[in-house]
Amino acid sequence: MIQIDGLSKWFDLHIANQMHVKPLRTISFDVEPGKFMGLAGPSGIGKSTILKCIYRTYLPSEGSIWYDSAVWGKIDLATANERQILHLRRNEISYISQFLRVIPRVTAVDIVAERLTARGVTRADAIEQVKLMLQRLALPEKIWDAFPATFSGGEQQRLNIARALISQPRLLLLDEPTASLDYRTKTVVLDLLHEAKKNGTTMIGVFHDLEWLKQIADDTVTLDPSVHAAPLQQV
Amino acid sequence: MEHLQININDFDDELSPFDGIDHTLTWKDEPLLKVRRLNKKYGSGCMLCESEHGMSEKVNRCPNCATVWAMRNVSFDLYPGEILGIVGESGSGKSTLVKSLYFDEVVDQGEAYLQAYEKQDTNIFELSNQQKRFVRNHLMGMVYQNPLLGLRMNVSSSGNIAEKLLAADHRHVGFMRARASELLNQVEIPISRMDEAPKRFSGGMQQRVQISKALANRPPLLLLDEVTTGLDLSVQAKVLDLIRRLQRQLGVAMLVVSHDLGVIRMLADRTMVMRNGRVIEQGMTDQILEDPQHAYTQLLVHSLL
Repeated sequence: MIQIDGLSKWFDLHIANQMHVKPLRTISFDVEPGKFMGLAGPSGIGKSTILKCIYRTYLPSEGSIWYDSAVWGKIDLATANERQILHLRRNEISYISQFLRVIPRVTAVDIVAERLTARGVTRADAIEQVKLMLQRLALPEKIWDAFPATFSGGEQQRLNIARALISQPRLLLLDEPTASLDYRTKTVVLDLLHEAKKNGTTMIGVFHDLEWLKQIADDTVTLDPSVHAAPLQQV
Repeated sequence: MEHLQININDFDDELSPFDGIDHTLTWKDEPLLKVRRLNKKYGSGCMLCESEHGMSEKVNRCPNCATVWAMRNVSFDLYPGEILGIVGESGSGKSTLVKSLYFDEVVDQGEAYLQAYEKQDTNIFELSNQQKRFVRNHLMGMVYQNPLLGLRMNVSSSGNIAEKLLAADHRHVGFMRARASELLNQVEIPISRMDEAPKRFSGGMQQRVQISKALANRPPLLLLDEVTTGLDLSVQAKVLDLIRRLQRQLGVAMLVVSHDLGVIRMLADRTMVMRNGRVIEQGMTDQILEDPQHAYTQLLVHSLL
């Protein structure tokens, strides 16, 4: 499904005294379709960087990311054009970050429904599906029509998860999705992830909590500090 | 007031603009708008600045002949249903770019091809004035920063929309009124005020009337030039929300010019950074904001509050 081959990423910060930051040394791994690959390692080692490179929030500096897309077959996400990335983001790849970042003054239901309507689902159908999803995630019904900026951290995070899972992506990237959730909601999220896996979604995830990672991951890549950790280098 | 009750559905020669067609669904490889090597200069130009690498990228004014290059080899593609953001500091050529695409400015060199136009392979800058008017009235909509430029302040709001419809060969008064009320309703201007002149409206309302005027002929391409600059935050949010909703409903491709990175983050799928008339960086919006490559873009992004 996804083959990462010699991926590395560095930042050239032109304005901060020409700082050269390399958070991720060369890394390679494969993920089979429908499997969950967990990324482990101490913080600051580049786990999120890998996910952001796959989602192309970061432009990979070196190496390639081969992804089996439904439209074009094998495609290198490191060099794919923006038009292709946009299509993949709308239809195939979802990303759950630690924080919810949405348009202000749009209600919670609409934010989640937008993912479906962008694909051509009618608004009424979309809202029905969204309500089921929000119910499962135990988001109180009275806040469904409120603006997410007024939500607590956990509620925002649940909305974030709902938004990514509702569109049933082929590839799901998880960047510590359960960090701010209580035990009960964590269990629900884990159930949803298991369900998505059953439906064939491939996942790559970073979990802070290794106990949770063990429950869902088929395999893990451990980023070794001695190989991958790179202190700030000034060139 | 009888004509007010005419329903837009009575006119079956046209589809309702809000019929839920999602143009983003259909994957089209063909760009809606292809712009190639656009140049605009103020001044005569000389051997130095006309040559390919004659001028440093750090300036837009030729040290030899003092010609100002407002645009220098600007090229990009805009796909149907996509929002392309253009950011840059004042004087970087953002507004010149959209204004020249709307034929408000004359370009010196360059090509642009509009796929929605029947003559797809003709450079739109080489069309006759009549054809340019057709492209402008039927296929494009423009929203200026200053409503004074886009609206006739002393003519009623519905009259403003009718002006655009008349330009596109509509003559049926009932139809035009029905369309105007539908469009104004869409941008949340109360129908009871459709016969009031925009000079009596607030800035945010004027901007919304301008948007509905730009959308009157359902163009596939909408050009937005600093729409929210000068509006206060809550009105700004309302206008941005409206633009996003319209884009989702109508699938219009948009070129959004702004120096406000927040606006770009909210609206744009892709972003283009301009400086000194040149495009210095292009990419996904979140990639531009989180992983800018060019030194100037890094400076710009790190200046974000």
